[in-house]
Amino acid sequence: MAMVDVEAIVKELRGTYASGKTNKYEWRVSQLKALLKIAEHHEKEIIDALKSDLSKPEFEAFVHEISMMKTACKLALKELKRWMKPEKVRTSLTTFPSSAEIVPEPLGVVLVISAWNYPFLLSLDPVIGAIAAGNAVVLKPSEIAPATSLVIAKLLGEYMDATAIRVVEGAVPETTALLEQKWDKIFYTGNGKVGRIVMAAAAKNLTPVVLELGGKSPVVVDSNINFKVAVRRIIAGKWGCNNGQACIAPDYIVTTKENVPKLLDAMKHELEKFYGKDPLQSGDLSRIVNANHFHRLSKLLDDNKVVDKVVHGGQRDENNLKIAPTILLDVPEDSLIMKEEIFGPLLPIITVTKVEDAMQFINAREKPLAAYLFTSNKKLEKEFVMNISAGGLLINDTTLHLALSSLPFGGVGESGMGSYHGRFSFEAFSHKKAVLHRSFGGEVGARYPPYTPGKMRFLKALLNGNILGLIRALFGW
Amino acid sequence: MNGVEEEVRNTFRSGRTRGVAWRKAQLQGILNLLAEKEDEIFEALKQDLGKHPVESYRDEVGVAKKSAANALRCVEKWMAPQKGRIPLVFFPARGAVVSEPLGVALIFASWNFPISLALDPVIGAISAGNAVVLKPSDLAPKCSSFLANTIPLYLDPEAIKVVEGGKDVAEELLQLKWDKIFFTGSPQVGRVIMSAAAKHLTPVTLELGGKCPAIFDNLSNSSDLQVAAKRIVGAKWGPCNGQACIGIDYVLVETQLASVLIELLQKFIKRFYGENLKTLENLSRIVNKHHFDRVYNLLKDPKVAASVIYGGSVDEENMLIEPTILLNPPLDADIMTEEIFGPLLPIITMNNIEESIQFINSREKPLAIYAFTKNDSLKEKILQETSSGSLTFNDAIVQFICDTLPFGGVGQSGLGRYHGKFSFDTFSHEKAVLHRSFLIELEPRYPPWNNFKMEFVRLAYNYDYVGLVLLLLGLRGLFRTNRSQ
Repeated sequence: MAMVDVEAIVKELRGTYASGKTNKYEWRVSQLKALLKIAEHHEKEIIDALKSDLSKPEFEAFVHEISMMKTACKLALKELKRWMKPEKVRTSLTTFPSSAEIVPEPLGVVLVISAWNYPFLLSLDPVIGAIAAGNAVVLKPSEIAPATSLVIAKLLGEYMDATAIRVVEGAVPETTALLEQKWDKIFYTGNGKVGRIVMAAAAKNLTPVVLELGGKSPVVVDSNINFKVAVRRIIAGKWGCNNGQACIAPDYIVTTKENVPKLLDAMKHELEKFYGKDPLQSGDLSRIVNANHFHRLSKLLDDNKVVDKVVHGGQRDENNLKIAPTILLDVPEDSLIMKEEIFGPLLPIITVTKVEDAMQFINAREKPLAAYLFTSNKKLEKEFVMNISAGGLLINDTTLHLALSSLPFGGVGESGMGSYHGRFSFEAFSHKKAVLHRSFGGEVGARYPPYTPGKMRFLKALLNGNILGLIRALFGW
Repeated sequence: MNGVEEEVRNTFRSGRTRGVAWRKAQLQGILNLLAEKEDEIFEALKQDLGKHPVESYRDEVGVAKKSAANALRCVEKWMAPQKGRIPLVFFPARGAVVSEPLGVALIFASWNFPISLALDPVIGAISAGNAVVLKPSDLAPKCSSFLANTIPLYLDPEAIKVVEGGKDVAEELLQLKWDKIFFTGSPQVGRVIMSAAAKHLTPVTLELGGKCPAIFDNLSNSSDLQVAAKRIVGAKWGPCNGQACIGIDYVLVETQLASVLIELLQKFIKRFYGENLKTLENLSRIVNKHHFDRVYNLLKDPKVAASVIYGGSVDEENMLIEPTILLNPPLDADIMTEEIFGPLLPIITMNNIEESIQFINSREKPLAIYAFTKNDSLKEKILQETSSGSLTFNDAIVQFICDTLPFGGVGQSGLGRYHGKFSFDTFSHEKAVLHRSFLIELEPRYPPWNNFKMEFVRLAYNYDYVGLVLLLLGLRGLFRTNRSQ
C-alpha cells in the first residue's frame, strides 16, 4: 500500500490555518458539534470496533470512551466563549498609563498521536482541545487497535472539515514521516521510549510537546479502612479499566504484612462476584490487545523470581488472548514485574513493616502518573499528599480523578509532561499572548539617556514602586 | 559535575527546599545581594558590556529586585492549593490542584543581561521550591564570576550552585538528568538543549529571540510622532545597544512617512547618545569579537552598505558600532533573514501599513511585535492576525517588566513562559489531588454489567440527577414511557 503524502496534507492544513478559518468561534463550535454527532449517531459502530480490538465490554466502552468524550465535547461547547476571552490583568506604576491582557491564540497545525488502550477517547479527547483552541489537526490513531482506527478515519472523514482536520492511519513508517514534518504542537499518548523519540524529533523544529505517558502507579493500603469498599474500588480501577491496560491503572499494592490476609480475602471474594468463577469466560473483562503484549505479560509471570508468588488467578488462554485477574504476593524488587510498567491484569502486592514505609518505596522509583492511598488516617493522608510526587493523587479511590475536568491530567518526570482535560486542554493547544496597550502619554524622561544621577534615583523609586521617592526624584529633592 | 548535581539533589530530597520559610529566606537573600553588591554588579556589567550604571539598574538590578520582591510578597499565595469543582456524582469528594516543586532545575543564562536573565529564572525556581544549578554565560565573564563568588554567600550553598564554564561544561551538564531545564539564548542552541532533554524526558523552557518588528503607522499628531520615535530609539539602542531578545529588529512604515521617521530617529539618537563614536558612553559595546564581526559582516554586504542612511561607523578596537539606520536593505540579505542582535535598524517601506501584517506572517513568529498606532481597526487586525510572544502597542520593551503578563516566545521564538506567577508555574508541577471518603458506594460502577447499570451511568454522565433518582426508585421506565406518548 502506498503511503499517504503526509507533506501534502500538512501543506493543505497550513493553507487552511493561514486563511484564518479555524480561528473563528463559529468554526470551532461547528467542529465540536460534529464530533458530538459522531459519538451520538455511531455509538454502536464504535462499541463494535472496541469489541473487535480489545473485547472491551460494552459498558466500559460506553462509560470510559464514548461518554468521557461526549462530556469533554459538551464542556468545551459550553465554556468555549469564556476560554477564548482575553484575560485582563493588572498593570503597575512602571508602565502607567497602560492596560494589559493575555490573549489566547491557536498554535497552528498540530499533530495528535494516540494510543491503543482507549483508542477512541485518547484520539478524540486531545482533538477536542486542539479544535477548541482553533488549530488545524492531524490525528494518527494507533494501528494496534485497527478497527477503531478505521472507524475514526471514516467518521472524521464524513463529519469533519477535511481542509483542517485529517486522520492519517498507519504504523511506524507513517509516524516517522509525520514526525519529520514541522508542527506547532505535538500531543503524544503512549510510552516513555517513544515519548523520547517524539520529543527529540520535536526539538529539531522547537515544537512544544505534551507527552502523556504512564508508569507504575502504586496503591497504598492502610489498616483502619473499610476493606470491602477499598477492594472494590481497586478492582474497578485495575481490571475494570481495560483489564489493567490503562495508564492510570493500579500497578502494584503496598501494604503491611498484617493487612494481607484481609486484603486477599476481600479481593478473591469481590473478584468472583464481579467476574465469576472462571474469569476467562467473563464478558466483563477486556482481552489482551495482541499476541505481542500477551507474550510480554506471560514473560512477567514466567519470571523465575515470581512463579511461586501467584496467590490468585494466573489462568491464561493464548488463543483468545485472555489472562485472568492475577495477584502475586511479595515479589522481589528485582523481578521483571517490578521493573517495568505491567499494563495488564497482574497485580503484585508488596509488604512493608509499617504503612509509612510505603512512601519511601514509591519515592525510590520513577514518578508515576497516579498514586492511590486508602486510609482513614488524616495525618498519613497529609504526608502522602506532601511527599508523593505523581501526575495525580487520589485518596480512597482509584482512577476517578481522570474524569474530573476541573483537574489537570498529566504526568511528571517519567510519567510525562504537560496536561489536559477541560480548560487545560484548551490551554495545551493555545499560546498565551501577552498584550500591552500604551498611550502616547505618560512619557518618563528617565528611561532615556543621557543618563544622570537624577534619572537613577527616579528609576530606583519607580521600579521599587516607591511613590514618595518618585515624587522626590521628579522634583529633584 | 556529577557531584554538584548529586549534592543539590540530596538537598532537594531532604525536603528542605519545600518549606515556605526556606523559599522566603532565599528570596530575601537575593534582595540582600542586589542591595549590598550593587556597585560590584555595575562594575562587572561595565567591564563585560560597557553598560552605563543607569542602564544596568534599569535592565538588570532593578528588574531582578522587582521580581524577587514580588515573589517574596506572593509566594505563600502561589503555594496555596487551588480547589477544583466536583460534580455531584462524585459526592462526597474534594479536589484540589497542589503545586509542587519539580526537583532540581538547571538554568542557562545568557550574556546580554547576564545578571537579570540569571537571577530572574532562579527566583522562579526558588519560589517553586526547587534546588538549582545555574550556569551563567561565559561570554560575560566578569558577571559570571561575580555570580559564582557571590551567590554562595547569600543563598543556601547546598541547594543553589553556580557552575561556570563554556560549551564543554554545558554539554557535560546536559548529559545529567534534570527535572527542568530553563534556557535563554539562541534557537540553534535551544534545539540542542531540547534534544538533550528528550533523553531524560525533562521539560524545557526555551527563551529565544527572533526578528521583532515595529509597525509605525501614520500618526497625524506631531507630538505622538515624537513620542513614538523617542520610544523606538530608547528601545532599540537603550537595552544593551540592540543586543536584546525583545529589541526592535526592524521598522515597517509607509513610504510617504519614511523620511519623517528617519529624521526623528536621527534627532533622538543624537540627543540620547551623541554623535561621536568615541564619546558614546551611554551605549553598550558589542559583547565580543565574534559578535562584533557578525554584526559588522551584516553591514559589509555591498547592497546593504548602500542602504545605510545614518551611522555605520565602527570602532573595532573598542568593539563599538554606531547606531545605524538602513533604508530598504535587500530582503534576502542576511540582515533581513537573521536576527540582528546589534545596533543596526533597517527601515522597510510599504505602500500601505496593513501590508505589514503579511510581511510579518511570512516570517517566523517573533518574540515581540510592536505597533505604534492610534487606529483601532489596525490594532485589532494586528492582534487577531499576527502571532508573537507578546504584542505591545505604542511602546517597546516595557512589557518585560509587567509581571502580570507572561513572558515567553512561540514557534521559533521559544516555548514556555515566565515572570511573576508564571515563573512559579514554570518550575512547578500542578498535581491533581482528589480526596474521596468510604461513604456512599455507587453499585453501578462495578461489574457484572447489566442494563440498569448502563442506564444509570448514561444519566450520571448527563448529570441528570432527577432521572437518577427516578431510576433508583424504579420509576424511570414508567416516566420515560409517559413522556414518549
